Amino acid sequence: MSKKPEYGLLIDYEYCTGCYTCQVACCQEYGWEAGMSGMQVMEIVQKLPKGKAYLNYLPFPTELCVLCAARTKKGLQPACVQHCMAGVIKWGRLTELAKELGRKPRMVLWSPR
Amino acid sequence: MGKNDIHIVRTTTWSAGPGCHGGCGVLAHIKDGTLVKIEGDPEHPWNQGRLCARALAMTQYVENPKRLRHPLKRSGERGEDRWEEISWDEAFDLIEKTMKKIREDFGPESVIFSMGTGRDIGPWICMLAYAFGSPNVMFALSGNACYSPRIAALDTVQGDYCVFDAGQWSPDRYNDPTFKVPECMIVWGYNIPATCPDNLFGHWIVDLMKRGTKIIAIDPRLSWFASRARHWLQIRPGSDSALAMGFLKVIIDEALFDEGWVRTWTNASHLVRHDTGKLLRESDITAGGSPDNCVVWDQLAAGPAVWYSQSVGFKTPDVKPTLTGDFTVELADKSWVACRTAWDAFRSEVDNYPLDMVQEITGVPADEIAAAACFYGKSKPASIHWGVPIDMTPAITPLCQAIAILWAITGNLDIPGGNVFTRFAFDAVAYALPGAEGVIKLKSKELDKKRIGADRYGPFNKFIWRCQTDTALEQILTEKPYPIKALWVQACNLLGNIGLDPKRWREALKKIDFIVAVDLFHNATTQYADVVLPAATFLEKDGVRSWWVPLQSINKALIVDECRPDIEINFELARRFDPDFKWNTIYELYNDIIKPSGLTYEELQKQGWAYPPQGHPSRPYHRNEKGLLRGDKKPGFNTPTGLFELYSTLREGWGLNPLPHHEEPPFTPVSRPDLAAKYPLILSTGRRSPAYFHSEHRQIPWLRAIDPDPVVEIHPDTAAHYGIGNGEWVWVDNWLGRAQFKAKVTLVVPPWMVMATHAWWFPEKKGAEPELYGTWKYNINLLLPMGEQGEDGLGAPIKHSLCKIYKALDREVPYE
Repeated sequence: MSKKPEYGLLIDYEYCTGCYTCQVACCQEYGWEAGMSGMQVMEIVQKLPKGKAYLNYLPFPTELCVLCAARTKKGLQPACVQHCMAGVIKWGRLTELAKELGRKPRMVLWSPR
Repeated sequence: MGKNDIHIVRTTTWSAGPGCHGGCGVLAHIKDGTLVKIEGDPEHPWNQGRLCARALAMTQYVENPKRLRHPLKRSGERGEDRWEEISWDEAFDLIEKTMKKIREDFGPESVIFSMGTGRDIGPWICMLAYAFGSPNVMFALSGNACYSPRIAALDTVQGDYCVFDAGQWSPDRYNDPTFKVPECMIVWGYNIPATCPDNLFGHWIVDLMKRGTKIIAIDPRLSWFASRARHWLQIRPGSDSALAMGFLKVIIDEALFDEGWVRTWTNASHLVRHDTGKLLRESDITAGGSPDNCVVWDQLAAGPAVWYSQSVGFKTPDVKPTLTGDFTVELADKSWVACRTAWDAFRSEVDNYPLDMVQEITGVPADEIAAAACFYGKSKPASIHWGVPIDMTPAITPLCQAIAILWAITGNLDIPGGNVFTRFAFDAVAYALPGAEGVIKLKSKELDKKRIGADRYGPFNKFIWRCQTDTALEQILTEKPYPIKALWVQACNLLGNIGLDPKRWREALKKIDFIVAVDLFHNATTQYADVVLPAATFLEKDGVRSWWVPLQSINKALIVDECRPDIEINFELARRFDPDFKWNTIYELYNDIIKPSGLTYEELQKQGWAYPPQGHPSRPYHRNEKGLLRGDKKPGFNTPTGLFELYSTLREGWGLNPLPHHEEPPFTPVSRPDLAAKYPLILSTGRRSPAYFHSEHRQIPWLRAIDPDPVVEIHPDTAAHYGIGNGEWVWVDNWLGRAQFKAKVTLVVPPWMVMATHAWWFPEKKGAEPELYGTWKYNINLLLPMGEQGEDGLGAPIKHSLCKIYKALDREVPYE
């Protein structure tokens, strides 16, 4: 059994504009070949009543995300967190991020594999 | 290993690379002369450490295997993709010799210098053209329909351009005590986070939203802003001016405007003659009076009083102009003329737009328009920011005028959190945009007389120092009034991107004797060149950027093979063309450009960026009150009357309607029901992708993975109606041509419109004709016309045409 995750990402998807910065920042950091990344941005168009719809983007951390351990050890933010154009990704201890999760709607908390 | 060998170069993005209009501070990590990583500069006030996907993909750009690395000379026929490598000396000698001969035989004006969206190429292409002696610098889009028209329109009515305030004039940004967060912001036809156009950082709007700004989104698509807007007005493309008039109707009827501001700062009280419909001038009422001065009705004297435009005032301070009413004024010849105020003329135009009628034109329910307009009118402060769809309609100037009046009469002009005048930082002009003149000039006004379109279109003689593009295309084809013999094309893909009706542009290229293309990658247009020169990315150059703020330097971080910065290519040739060329090095030129800042280029490079101090004309706020907008330092605006012109004196002089109004564009279901019967869907184009800047970046693997195919967005009901499934290839077709796209079946578009992505080509396909990288099969511009520019030469119907769609059963049809 792997040990319990200690760190994670809090994603405020309300303000994610779908700029794909996180995805490419990860590609650059780890030299992934095209099509691979620790982040994948998903476009979600949700149909609503009365002919309406809602557009969301969700930056989803993939199997390849290692939370930029090498960067955070040096006091840097993970590559996706630093560059996120909308500032919607927060890295931290899961216990701390969980507290923040309750402070604002439309957020998700993610823990790594 | 590693860290010790890496050095970091702090620089600024602009031009080739991310492709955008730049401004982001970046840290380039260089090892053994190569780029190993690029990051956002956390200390830079512009982007505060953030960086976009395109900039973060620079390592795949700089050393991209498809990059041009050496000067090339065509060895086969045009369009055959056969080249021979030559040295820079050979290339310069060949170009110098050929172009000098053309200049001798046909005059300097017979060479057009064509750019795409320009960026830092703008000043350097002007420098080269002007050193050669040609006034014909061309921004190659129909109706010059990107940014210049908006700038020219605002120069027309308010004397200076303005943008939304995100505290960008202060290094402290949102924390600057003079800045205010707007309560409301109208995002008008803008998906700005996708590419940061117009010299702004798109996510500043997101920053403002987090600080409380509520959004009104005007967009036919369910954009990200539309989803998060307090009011989303889903407008029919091309009807924006009717909506703006509807907004004005609400603002005026509900008395949500600032009457004091209107009285003090606009020409609302100036009298308009009933008989001619023109402004009453001093020369009308007094023999020897000036035609530049206007006339008001003075309440106190119960008679006319002259407004002296040059001194921006009345003769005596006690004139009390009347804002509304009909008056009869005695003319110099002792006859009498009935007049009304410009305010009344304006109001009567606005009254032509009751909301039920605006609903009919725009498709937006009247109650939603009323609610949104009231919210804007009541919010203090409030701002409006608009995108390129504003330019992409022929009646662009009346549309801009209507929107400008909105921010002006609600008291939101040049106030914190409002629409703020924006100028080149320190008034250091590198980029010769409309209305601005810098150190790079034609040698004489005489040379400018031959500029294509300048004799025909007013704004082209007042603000815009470019060819009128549609007229230029006609002239290349007809050779009238004089032939075009050579074309210098710099970072401009005429056939694959910026040129509408690209088959006509191909005809034009075939007529031209000598074509030089400067670019970073081969593309459809370089295939028609005789010489191709390899340009550099922003990381490979020293440069300067001053629009708008801050003043910044671009600092060279590396060199790639034989690639050269645009400035250096143009500089070398400018010296060869002009024996009196003023500068010996590019650094002398940079020093000249940034002189108004008091810094030398070396100092600027050391400090990276500089902000104009408080009280400088290029720093807000309230500059019309402080006398910071005009050369004579008088309070007022930089317009012919010194006032914000609700009623445009320049438009009147150009023989055009001086008031804002709606004109139905040429190819809509309203203007052309006959075409709509055959082509029932509204065709809109050009929605932005965060992975690409126009035709760029298709060869960057990380970016291509984000947006791999040309797509057309189709509503699920429409797709079902035509039997089209998500991901199937379809033809988008109209009377001009057809192009193929992958169907993206999505609720983000309305059922009556499709959105086709623009500038598609495939660097991985064959460059030779007839394939030409897929240009003739996937380029949406095959369906868009040239020659439909607005009556002032500006604007073109790019966002609203008509089409039909059907499944492409023959995906691999031979190239047409």
